[in-house]
Amino acid sequence: MDFNRRHILGLEELSAEEITLILDTAESMKEVSKRDVKKVPALRGVTVCNLFYEPSTRTRSSFEIAEKRLSADVLNFTLSHSSVSKGETLLDTARNLEAMGASVIVIRHPMSGAPWLLAKELDSSIINAGDGSHEHPSQALLDLFTIREIKGNIEGLKVLVVGDILHSRVARSNIWGLLKLGAEVRVAGPPTLIPSHIENINVKTYYNLEDAVKGVDVVIMLRIQMERQDSEFFPSLREYARFYGLKREKLKLAAKDVVVMHPGPINRGIELSSDIADDAGSVILDQVSNGIAVRMAMFYLVASGGGNS
Amino acid sequence: MNNTKDRVVMDKRAIKRTVSRIVNEILERNKGASDLVIIGVRTRGVYLAERILKLIKKLEGVEPPLGTLDITLYRDDLRRKTEWPKVKKTEIKFSVEDKIVILVDDVIYTGRTTRAALEEIMDFGRPASIQLAVLVDRGHRELPIQPDYAGCTIDTLSKEKVRVHLKENDGNDEVTVLQG
Repeated sequence: MDFNRRHILGLEELSAEEITLILDTAESMKEVSKRDVKKVPALRGVTVCNLFYEPSTRTRSSFEIAEKRLSADVLNFTLSHSSVSKGETLLDTARNLEAMGASVIVIRHPMSGAPWLLAKELDSSIINAGDGSHEHPSQALLDLFTIREIKGNIEGLKVLVVGDILHSRVARSNIWGLLKLGAEVRVAGPPTLIPSHIENINVKTYYNLEDAVKGVDVVIMLRIQMERQDSEFFPSLREYARFYGLKREKLKLAAKDVVVMHPGPINRGIELSSDIADDAGSVILDQVSNGIAVRMAMFYLVASGGGNS
Repeated sequence: MNNTKDRVVMDKRAIKRTVSRIVNEILERNKGASDLVIIGVRTRGVYLAERILKLIKKLEGVEPPLGTLDITLYRDDLRRKTEWPKVKKTEIKFSVEDKIVILVDDVIYTGRTTRAALEEIMDFGRPASIQLAVLVDRGHRELPIQPDYAGCTIDTLSKEKVRVHLKENDGNDEVTVLQG
């Protein structure tokens, strides 16, 4: 099948076939990262701009490495150094970047929907690197890639997502992707952090982690955003860790070959007990290196495939 | 398919004889197979490379390493967006450093695929030399690239198509020239 999109904005709008194509392409891209010369000329002459309105180290670095491995020219725009702090609007900034020759714009923005605005108004290809609490497609795609690599297939797997589902763009994108590829999706967390009516898209809700974890093949632990801990979604971090932190005895209830994943950075002793974090360490680092391959695939598909006509 | 002007230029036996001749030429020129590595260009170059390898093993008793090359990421027409090439995997799990690389493809036409393949191989190291083996040379080169071993050279018009069928991929062995 062909990939006829100019943008990759979210997993909700991608079909199962498109997601599978991105994952297949990423497999080929992963090989490039194992070579002595980790670079291919596919995006030579293409200028990619990373436009980040939120602080990010790992996502931005991962995008930047992916761009460089494809030989793109890279332009970084981050909040503190840019004209954003001088009051320029998002659209004006992006139009300026386009005028400088950027033909792919990677955007992270605190407002949900910002990438769609750029996609509508600009000629460039837009890749969403996280918008508000809405979608984070590259993270979900790399999670799907990692699960598929370990388990061989996603269809039929029981996958549990734990934590702040309400504010998590990682959770949203993952849930869409997992459902489309035929997994059974469960979510667990305090009632205040689970979106209402999530059952309507065929997701099972649990408020008790022991019940939720029974028989699952994959657990995706979300990061508790420390910067948000003083808001009133749960009484205290200690209480959260006690009820929703993943510890050895709870994990024993899952399938024998359960895979524990975390988008990082981990708060040890909160989402994951330290021993589980150590055990899961290799998978979590796999996620990071797979992230580069998945992002290379996203660039390749929008820049060379995308029905631009 | 039923067009009477289509012509078969090689049948199963001709392909077999030709591959065997190419192998003999490779061994003669390189005085054996000790420094050789074989790399096939996806898709049908890989099957030809496998056949060449099998024959070398039979004749020389050694088995050079075999790799596959997908040149998609090195194409010079990616940005023209005329077609959408699916990326497949390159697999070269050995060092090409100071080796004699036998690059195998089914057809040489414009030379652009070979150009991309040369660039990609160079990213894996610095071979002693690269020699190109093809089953069919159909002319119309757009770059100064020539095969070292050519199975058969045929005159074609640009609008004609050369179709190589190999048993491993297509169920039978045959080379046909199709009217454009």
